[in-house]
Amino acid sequence: MKFGIVVFPGSNCDQDCFHIAKDLLGCEAEYVWHGDRDLKGADVVLLPGGFAYGDYLRAGALARFSPVMESVTAFAREGGAVLGICNGFQVLLEAGLLPGAVRVNRGLRYVCRDVHLKVESIDTPFTRLYSPGEVLKMPIGHMEGNYTAPPDVLDALEREKRVVFRYCDSEGRIVGAANPNGADRAIAGIASREGNVVGLMPHPDRCSEAVLGNEAGRKMFESAVAALAAR
Amino acid sequence: MITEELIRDHNLTHEEYSRILEILGREPNLVELGIFSAMWSEHCSYKSSRVHLKTFPTTGPRVIQGPGENAGVVDIGDGLAVVFKMESHNHPSFIEPYQGAATGVGGILRDVFTMGARPVASLDSLRFGALDAPRMKHLVDGVVRGIAGYGNCMGIPTVAGETTFDPAYNGNILVNVMNVGLVRSDRIFLGRAEGVGNPLIYVGSKTGRDGIHGATMASEQFAGDETKQKRPTVQVGDPFTEKLLMEACLELFETDAVVGIQDMGAAGLTSSSFEMAGRSGSGIEIDLSKVPVRETGMTPYEIMLSESQERMLLVARRDRMDEVLRIFRKWDLDAVAIGRVTDSGRVVLRFDGQIVADLPAAPLSDRAPVYDRSRGALLPAPPGLWRDEPEPSDYGDCLRRILASPNVAEKSWIWTQYDYMVGTNTVERPGGDAALVRIKGTPKALALKSDVNPFFCALDPYRGGAIAVAEAARSIACTGAAPLAITDCLNFGSPERPEVMAQFTAAVRGISDACRAFDVPVVSGNVSFYNETDGRAIPPTPTVGIVGLLEDVERRVRVPFRAAGDVVALLGSTRDELGGSEFLRTVRGRDEGPCPEVDLEAERRLVHLLVALAKHRKLASAHDLSDGGLAVALAESAMKSGFGVAIACDSNVRPSALLFGESTGRALVSFDPRSEAAVRAAAEQSKVPIAVIGRVGGERLEISLRGRKLIDEQIAALRDLWSTAFARALESADVL
Repeated sequence: MKFGIVVFPGSNCDQDCFHIAKDLLGCEAEYVWHGDRDLKGADVVLLPGGFAYGDYLRAGALARFSPVMESVTAFAREGGAVLGICNGFQVLLEAGLLPGAVRVNRGLRYVCRDVHLKVESIDTPFTRLYSPGEVLKMPIGHMEGNYTAPPDVLDALEREKRVVFRYCDSEGRIVGAANPNGADRAIAGIASREGNVVGLMPHPDRCSEAVLGNEAGRKMFESAVAALAAR
Repeated sequence: MITEELIRDHNLTHEEYSRILEILGREPNLVELGIFSAMWSEHCSYKSSRVHLKTFPTTGPRVIQGPGENAGVVDIGDGLAVVFKMESHNHPSFIEPYQGAATGVGGILRDVFTMGARPVASLDSLRFGALDAPRMKHLVDGVVRGIAGYGNCMGIPTVAGETTFDPAYNGNILVNVMNVGLVRSDRIFLGRAEGVGNPLIYVGSKTGRDGIHGATMASEQFAGDETKQKRPTVQVGDPFTEKLLMEACLELFETDAVVGIQDMGAAGLTSSSFEMAGRSGSGIEIDLSKVPVRETGMTPYEIMLSESQERMLLVARRDRMDEVLRIFRKWDLDAVAIGRVTDSGRVVLRFDGQIVADLPAAPLSDRAPVYDRSRGALLPAPPGLWRDEPEPSDYGDCLRRILASPNVAEKSWIWTQYDYMVGTNTVERPGGDAALVRIKGTPKALALKSDVNPFFCALDPYRGGAIAVAEAARSIACTGAAPLAITDCLNFGSPERPEVMAQFTAAVRGISDACRAFDVPVVSGNVSFYNETDGRAIPPTPTVGIVGLLEDVERRVRVPFRAAGDVVALLGSTRDELGGSEFLRTVRGRDEGPCPEVDLEAERRLVHLLVALAKHRKLASAHDLSDGGLAVALAESAMKSGFGVAIACDSNVRPSALLFGESTGRALVSFDPRSEAAVRAAAEQSKVPIAVIGRVGGERLEISLRGRKLIDEQIAALRDLWSTAFARALESADVL
């Protein structure tokens, strides 16, 4: 079981993801450089948070043109499990592996804090160990996380049960005040039609260890291990 | 031809110019004059502070590198060392807050990763004027966005800091940024130019015309509406390039191709080349035509004095050039050999085949002017009228006003704009007494805090300096960590004014005495003079940044109360003191003395006790008493936990001083009732006064003195007030 962690020059959560895969889950883990096309036999590909190429233009806008994304796209098309966290999600959106886009947060500021999420779908390789409707506390840290898509796309996402996480309050209620960035329909994370590609703005990598006071995100990585074992 | 006017424009005195003539034995050319001007600026030469900084204790068994390099280095065991430094970016931030603060972060990060360390945390210590002063909300917004914009992109968490508002900073805000990195203790890199024939390599961003004479600007005071004219001397930051530079350097350090490295900070290529050669007793030759430039037509003068950001100068082993260039190419960075190391003791600059400067390296730093400037008398503190005043009629109202004041209110508006979690090491987040950053692969954590109370320093700079160290050490100890070492950032007015030098020397003495009492050395630091506008100096502001070591992160102690029924105790002595307090400013509307007393021996005993109690897992919570005194500390531990607390005190001081006085050397702790005997015994053994004052529980904050109820407030209501007051105060402005 091997995690491949894509490293863009401005990635800054790559080591955090590596630490979880290798030190906490005891899996194999290898970095994949943005200029390379070889995914090094990874079973799961992680696109970590950060500022891929500085993101001065638009988060993830340049990353889609990198050589590694050709390989990630091919891997995803063949059903490989791909998880994009924060900037990784933004890259997946720009690369067209997931529909929609993110805008600057409603408050026009970077926001780093804990939010609550409702698990809307467990039919993905990254959520199968959660329970449907479960409420998780998870940190966010982004300037552009305000998810949007045309209404018909949003309707399709809902219909096809591809909304994976929604922002909610601590009781699981989907209310405006619990939405930290203004995302359409409180969407925090979505999946591809086949479910194998998942992207989300919150950081499961920042809540996977007891010493950090929160382990709610760990099951996302453990789900991937379980999904592969079951295959 | 060097004219009187040129000398004046370069901020050099006649005596200084005479010294240049004496060193050279001839008249300098314009490039050389510019180099002297930058190297001998207050900012680079520390000419007014040097004699006083020598009095700091700077050594200790754990100190690997003291002041004089890019940053200080302290051993923390397990083959690891912590590298840290604090620096100011005050003037640029007042002119252009976003870029000023952003490049401040960039500069201090370079200082740390230049040493071979991976930066693991930043802290910011900010002083603003009154929120209703002109431009002030714009400055607050810009500075916070700038720190966030740079640090977040770099992926270095900003984990702690403090912010003070005082009209005395209306014309001169302070932006002090500290960075802390980790390095293998056998892999530390220094700014040395050694090995004749080794290539001198320029790395990073191209050199532009930005920031020319930034160091000189930082050594002048503002007058009138100069801030607009000076904007071109502020540099523009590019955090993405710095991220590339950092990763490339850290990758390069894994090889053994590097002989020495230094960042191009203040005075750019000038200070880096002269300091590297000067420290090593070697010489350097540079061909300035090879320096990558952003625009055509740049002169040698401009190239040498540019402060363009994200640049490094390094000396590589002659036979390892290819490896060095390959790594920088991988990270898409410019890397060019622009010169070589010589043994001439001189720095020789060529441009288009002509020699444009030929100066001895060492004398520029060794023979830089040193001034023991005259000191006047300290300004007397305003008398304490509070002693004769009647007590307030409603203490609850006083507490609410203090909790809502910008200095005490929760600053989450600021720190939620910083990424404080990246790196997944932040065990204790912003808003506690000190941040805790765990060290992966070990059971340890670093405790980090910056501190100074400028109101105390204005009243008594000696005590203010000592209290800054004591409070920083106490904050660290409240988490269970033992203080290791400090860095400082000494912000003052013009050293040419005797009353400012009096403040400076008193504050330095205060810091020194406190460091000796705690046995904590000063390993790095920065002095920022000329913080004044139109002849009005800021209050003396010697910011202290402290690093502590927690041996076992599982034994950390936090600010919030932990369980209903826990016993609450006050450690230390409460005196009848209200001078310099938030109570006097907010409730009475006055700044008055005297500054609270400081007993360094008692402070040391308290710190040792807190560390020992944490080590033996006796504490459920601990919180340093500072701004707002006991009542605010109780409210904070309650508001952060959701538990109420009922306190019954028996004290002889006046009620307002008991509740809101800011006597030093105190901490609020809570513990399981079964630990009470052990805590009492430990306190008595350490000769730290202990008073059990109440119990955790309920939903209210109740405080009574000798049977009389002074405060009875609902915790949830206090929390609403405290957590929203700051954002409301800021966002009521039209500029945001």
